[in-house]
Amino acid sequence: MSGIPHDHYEPKTNAEKYVHRRLPIIGLIYDTIMIPTPKNLNWMWIWGIVLMVCLVLQIVTGIVLAMHYTPHVDHAFASVEHIMRNVNGGHMLRYLHQNGSMLFFFAVYLHMFRSMYYGSYKAPREITWIIGMLIYLAMMATAFMGYVLPWGQMSFWGATVITGLFGAIPGIGETLQLWLLGGPAVDNAALNRFFSLHYLLPFVILGLVIVHVWAFHTTGNNNPTGVEVRRGSKEEAQKDTLPFWPYFVIKDLFALALILIAFWAVVGFMPNFLGHTDNYIEANPLVTPPEIVPEWYFLPFYAILRAFTSDVWLVIAVNWVTFGIVDATFFGVLAMFGSIFVWALLPWLDTSSVRSGRYRPMFKIWFWLFIVNFVVLTWAGAMPAEGIYTTIALIGTTYWFAYFLVILPLLGVLEKPLPEPASIEEDFKSSLKSKPDNDPKGPAPEPIPAE
Amino acid sequence: MKLRTLAVAALSAVVLALPATMVEASKVKGEVTNFDFSFQGLTGTYDRNQLQRGLQVYHEVCSSCHGLQYVAFRTLSDRNGPELPDEQMRALADMYEVWDDALRDWRPATGPDHFPESQFEGAPDLSLMTKARAGFSGPYGLGINQLMKGIGGPEYVASFLLGYTGEDDFQAGSMFYYNNAYGGWVSMAPVLFDDMVFYEDGTPATEEQMALDVAAFLAWTAEPKLVERKHAGFVGVIFLSVLAALLYLTNKQLWAPVKRAAKKD
Repeated sequence: MSGIPHDHYEPKTNAEKYVHRRLPIIGLIYDTIMIPTPKNLNWMWIWGIVLMVCLVLQIVTGIVLAMHYTPHVDHAFASVEHIMRNVNGGHMLRYLHQNGSMLFFFAVYLHMFRSMYYGSYKAPREITWIIGMLIYLAMMATAFMGYVLPWGQMSFWGATVITGLFGAIPGIGETLQLWLLGGPAVDNAALNRFFSLHYLLPFVILGLVIVHVWAFHTTGNNNPTGVEVRRGSKEEAQKDTLPFWPYFVIKDLFALALILIAFWAVVGFMPNFLGHTDNYIEANPLVTPPEIVPEWYFLPFYAILRAFTSDVWLVIAVNWVTFGIVDATFFGVLAMFGSIFVWALLPWLDTSSVRSGRYRPMFKIWFWLFIVNFVVLTWAGAMPAEGIYTTIALIGTTYWFAYFLVILPLLGVLEKPLPEPASIEEDFKSSLKSKPDNDPKGPAPEPIPAE
Repeated sequence: MKLRTLAVAALSAVVLALPATMVEASKVKGEVTNFDFSFQGLTGTYDRNQLQRGLQVYHEVCSSCHGLQYVAFRTLSDRNGPELPDEQMRALADMYEVWDDALRDWRPATGPDHFPESQFEGAPDLSLMTKARAGFSGPYGLGINQLMKGIGGPEYVASFLLGYTGEDDFQAGSMFYYNNAYGGWVSMAPVLFDDMVFYEDGTPATEEQMALDVAAFLAWTAEPKLVERKHAGFVGVIFLSVLAALLYLTNKQLWAPVKRAAKKD
């Protein structure tokens, strides 16, 4: 499958030969799990497996929950309580599904940050990155619609606010919103279609995940050095790589077990900590909560959405230039979708020829500032849209766009990168030798600096 | 003003059927006492006697206005709940009337029936009240207090019941009462007074005792599977820890020759 030279599947028994001649599925599975993988992958390369497990967990728990859930405005809230009280293990199923979505987003953010730091999106992996961004968008749509299903106060008002964003589009907005909701407001029609799409989209994600895996199996994995696996011969490639099974499967499973311990503890001991108390009040179209907040994983974008109030000079300028068509609300909507759009364009905005942030001294600083900024935006999104919080959100939003549109393009020109190691093998060896030997059988060698 | 406090305060205001202008007045931080409940912490379980006392307070006081529409009478006999003996549960159900679609008439409730809904619109249903309110928040929107003390639903309910200052105000044809836990004027009058119920188990029915008991009972109505959930939490964490340890050793063993070979060169 990958361009890295390696042994391919050869059917040995008669039964294998029989199947292989008719459908080469065993070969497909073999080549997928035996893909040559860079030896030096660190612990940030585990999130892909965690995400796969999250997807399966969400689909399995979701299908069982759907057996007991009623998508009707009069029964949805009560049917969730029915699951919590009467369905065998229903309370665990629901808390696993609810917190599972949060683990899903936690893992996807770390997965994306890893990709950003080590330049995994750079040629030839741009399509892997783009498919990843499509998965992320599908995840956001799925999570948003799933949050509406319990029909609590925050479900209802969150749906009202977010679908209202489409209504802010000049001209077609109101028609579009009406079409999306199937009525003038969030009501039974909206709940039914959200349920339908919430069931459908995870399978779209599953399809995209297969293409995502296919794409990076074609290019091979990136690694912490960003240096490509040597492909001159099979022997050369084997110095840089190990087969995915068993070396990385076991490593990933170990990391997965640690993460699941933390996840299970959250589900068992504090399942509502990350949720919002208002969602235990049934939806009431007549009572607006004074503050409508989305789940934490949407907060950075919620902060960007609300950062542009009508007194920001940029908004005033754009409003004037467009003869009032782009008002503050629509500007916020454009900024929110734009922030994800520039993220998706990352492979073409980063002009540096060096992949890994490890060898980019200036990039490192700006990258960590991006992470800090992401956390600050998350926090600002949870605070009321007033006073100092909007200002903080505006500064954070400015940095977000500056990072992608100014800093990354310029760094490629201004920065003088450090020398990269000649091969993955060299990096793997030096990383081992730099650590004190804790193998009691051998003599402890002198620690040698990595570079 | 912290987000959660504001949300909780203003939302409670609306739920308590206050006029819109009162929401503004409620922007005062309520004082919620961090009471100790038996069901807190990793191993905490419900105190059966306390739940039974709380049920009694609900039955004799709260139920005249508030409903418990998601709670079935039969669950009062469930393990890890009030564990009411079967005949007592049925006798209690018999005191409530429910609408029967087949009879097209009201009839006394039985085990499978749910508690009735609230008697009038101003009184919210109490089934999920301890999960629909947050007693603690902040600091600075970071949620550290919720992490340390818990979300604080039951604490809020108990503090609310004990939070009346005795001030009242007649506005727009309704009476309002000042409540410290809420940090503003509420439409519900103080309801608990010393010795207004008689506890069978001899516990003195002080105002605080009744407030804590009914808050504990409402914590159970909101989260009846709490004990089972914590149990599943422990079992899962222990099994996953064993699995993680085994995988750690497997991984170490698996990579040892690779690392040894790499160090040799």
